[in-house]
Amino acid sequence: MTAILPAKSVADRLTTLFWRKPKLLLILLITPPLLWLGVVYLGSLAALLMQSFYSIDEFSGMVIPEFTLKTYAELLRPQNYDVIFRTLLMSAAVTLGCAILGFPIAYYAARFARGRWKAVFYLGIMLPLWSSYLVKVYAWKLILAKEGIITWAAEATHTSGILNAILSLPGIGGGSLSTSYIGMFLVFVYVWLPYMILPMQASLERVPTSMLEASADLGATRAQTFRTVILPLALPGVIAGSIFTFSLTMGDYIIPQIVGNSANFIGMAVYQLQGTAGNIPLAAAFAVIPILIMLVYLWIAKRMGAFDAL
Amino acid sequence: MTSIKIIGSTALALLTGLSPALAQMTAVGDGEGQLNIVAWAGYIERGETDKAFDWVTKFEAASGCKVNVKTANTSDEMVALMNEGGFDLVTASGDASLRLIAGKRVQPVNTDLIPSWSKVDPRLQNASWHTVDGVHYGTPYLWGPNVLMYNTEVFKEPPTSWNVVFEKMDLPDGKSNEGRVQAYDGPIHIADAAQYLMFHKPELKITSPYELNEEQYAAALDLLRGQRALVGRYWHDAFIQMDDFKNEGVVASGSWPFQVGLLKSEGLPIGSVIPQEGATGWADTTMLHVDAANPNCAYKWMEHTLSSNLQSDLSVWFGGNPVVPAACTDGSGMQTAEGCTANGLDDFEKIRFWTTPVANCSQGEGACVPYYRWVSDYIGVIGGR
Repeated sequence: MTAILPAKSVADRLTTLFWRKPKLLLILLITPPLLWLGVVYLGSLAALLMQSFYSIDEFSGMVIPEFTLKTYAELLRPQNYDVIFRTLLMSAAVTLGCAILGFPIAYYAARFARGRWKAVFYLGIMLPLWSSYLVKVYAWKLILAKEGIITWAAEATHTSGILNAILSLPGIGGGSLSTSYIGMFLVFVYVWLPYMILPMQASLERVPTSMLEASADLGATRAQTFRTVILPLALPGVIAGSIFTFSLTMGDYIIPQIVGNSANFIGMAVYQLQGTAGNIPLAAAFAVIPILIMLVYLWIAKRMGAFDAL
Repeated sequence: MTSIKIIGSTALALLTGLSPALAQMTAVGDGEGQLNIVAWAGYIERGETDKAFDWVTKFEAASGCKVNVKTANTSDEMVALMNEGGFDLVTASGDASLRLIAGKRVQPVNTDLIPSWSKVDPRLQNASWHTVDGVHYGTPYLWGPNVLMYNTEVFKEPPTSWNVVFEKMDLPDGKSNEGRVQAYDGPIHIADAAQYLMFHKPELKITSPYELNEEQYAAALDLLRGQRALVGRYWHDAFIQMDDFKNEGVVASGSWPFQVGLLKSEGLPIGSVIPQEGATGWADTTMLHVDAANPNCAYKWMEHTLSSNLQSDLSVWFGGNPVVPAACTDGSGMQTAEGCTANGLDDFEKIRFWTTPVANCSQGEGACVPYYRWVSDYIGVIGGR
C-alpha cells in the first residue's frame, strides 16, 4: 500500500511553503510597498530634516554639513517669521471661508437633492477639479484685475464705492482685487472648496434619518435639531475637509505668485531659497514648519474623530 | 585602502582624457554625430515654435551633428546639469559662467579654430564673464539690457530716469504712480536699486551694483522699502507682467526687450528706454564642458552660432542684441538696425552686466554682501519689512 507520488515541482513546493508559513508570504508581498514608503517617502523626509540642521557659510554661501540649530534660529528673523505667520493666517482664513461656504452646499446636496439634481450637484462640485489648476488661477487673475470684469460690473451698477471701500481696508486691501490679500483669499477658497464639500457631504449623508425623527418627536425645533444632532454628527466631515484646505493652502506656491502683492508664503520661500539662492538648509527648515503644524493639526483632528468620515 | 583610492583616481584621470584643465583643442576634426547642449528656453530653435525661426536644421544637415537640447530655467539648474556631466555646451549667463570656470566644469576655447571669432563685437571678445587671465572660456551668444518699459499714453515723452519706479511721484498724466509701477521679483533687483543710487547718491561711492558693502547695501534696501509702497505686485513671469500692463493699469516697470516687442506687436501703446542712470543687463556665453564627448561638433556649433544669419534671427526671436554687430545691418536675417537700437545696442556702455554678488569682491576679502543674503533680505522687503 505505497502510493507513488510524482516529484514535486518548484511551484508546488512554494505553495506548500506559503501554506505552512503564511507570514512568509505576507512579508514577501508587503516588502516592496514598505520599502517604497520607508526609503523613498520617509527617507526623503529624513534627508530634508537633516539638511535643515546644516547651515550656510556666511561668506562663501556654501552649505556646511555640520549639526547646528543656527538655521532654525534664522526662522525667527522678522522677515521669515512674517512668512510663517502670513501663511498660517491665510490657511486659517481659507479653511474658515471654505467651511462657511461649503456647509450649506453640502447640506443641500446630501439631504435635499434627489435623482438628477444630485448628479448635477456632484458634477458641479467636481467639475472645477477637472480643469487645469493653472488655467483656473490665471482666469481668476483676469477676473480680479483692475480692468477686469468685477471692476467693470461695479462701475456699471454704480457700486464702485463699495469695491473701493473694501480695497481700502488696511492690511488686506490693495490697488485692485488681483493685487490684494482679499483677491488671493477668493482664489484659494475657489480652488480648494471641492475638497471641503466632498467629505462634508459624505458625513452629512451618514446622519441617520431616524435620529432626526426622534429629535422632532421629542419636540425639538428645527434649529435645535440642527445644533444638537446634525452639526455634532457632521463635525468629523468638516474637520476632514479642513485638513485638506488647511494643508493645501499652506503648501501652495503658485497662487501667491500670480495673485496678491508678491509677499512671500512658505511654499514660495522654499522655492526661492532652494532654487535661486542655494540656501538649502533654510529652505529645509521652512519646509519642516508645515509638517510640524500639520502633525499637531492631525492629532487634534484625530481626537475629534475626523478620520471616521474619510 | 588608500592605495586603492590612489589607483582609482589615477585610473579616473586617465579615463577622463588625460586633460589638464588648461589644455585646449588644436584642430577641429570630423563631427562625432551628435551634440548635447544645455540652453535657456527659446535659445535654440529648430522651427518647432515658429517655422520662421530655425537655426538648427541647416546646421545638422551641414555638419552631421544631431543637436539635442536640454532646457534649463535658472542659472543654478545650468550649473547643476554641467556638474552632473554628459553635456557638451551650455549657454551660461554672467552669474553662472564664472562659477563654471571656478569649478573647472568648462574648458578654454581655442578661438583660432573659430573663424568667425574676428567678427564678434570687440567689446565682448574679452568680457570678464568668460575671460579669465586672458583665457577665453567660450564664445558670446546674445546680450540684452533690462529696460524701462512704459505706457506711451501716460508718458508722451520717454521717462528720463528710473525715479518713476523708485520714488513716489505724480506721473505726467497727473495721477500718482502708486500701484501703477512694477519691479522685478528677484533679489538681483537690489542691483537696479544700487545702480540708481550710484547716480543719485555719489557719496555712497558705489562702484559696481553687484559689489555692495554693508552701508551701500543698507541704502539700496531702504530705497527698495520705499518702492514697496508703490508696487502692487512684483513681476517674475514675462507673461504675467504683460498681462499686468494690459489689465492691471501698470504703466512703468523694469522689463526685458522681449516683453516690449511682444506688447508692441499686439498694437499696445508701449515704449522702452534706458534712462540716464543706465541699466543692468544679461550677456550669455556658449561654454564647452571640460569632458565634452563631442568637441568637434561643439566647435562647429560655436562657429555656427556666430554666423550673421543665426545672430540676426536669434536677436529678433529673443529680443536681444547679436554679439556679431554686422547681423544688425547686413540683412542676413530678420534683424534691422532699428531693431538693434530698440534692443539697446547703442547703450552697451550704460549697461552693467549681471554677475553673482560674492563676499570677496574688489572692496576686499569678505567686504561685500553675498548673494544668499540678497535673497533673504529681498524676501523681507517684499513682505513689508
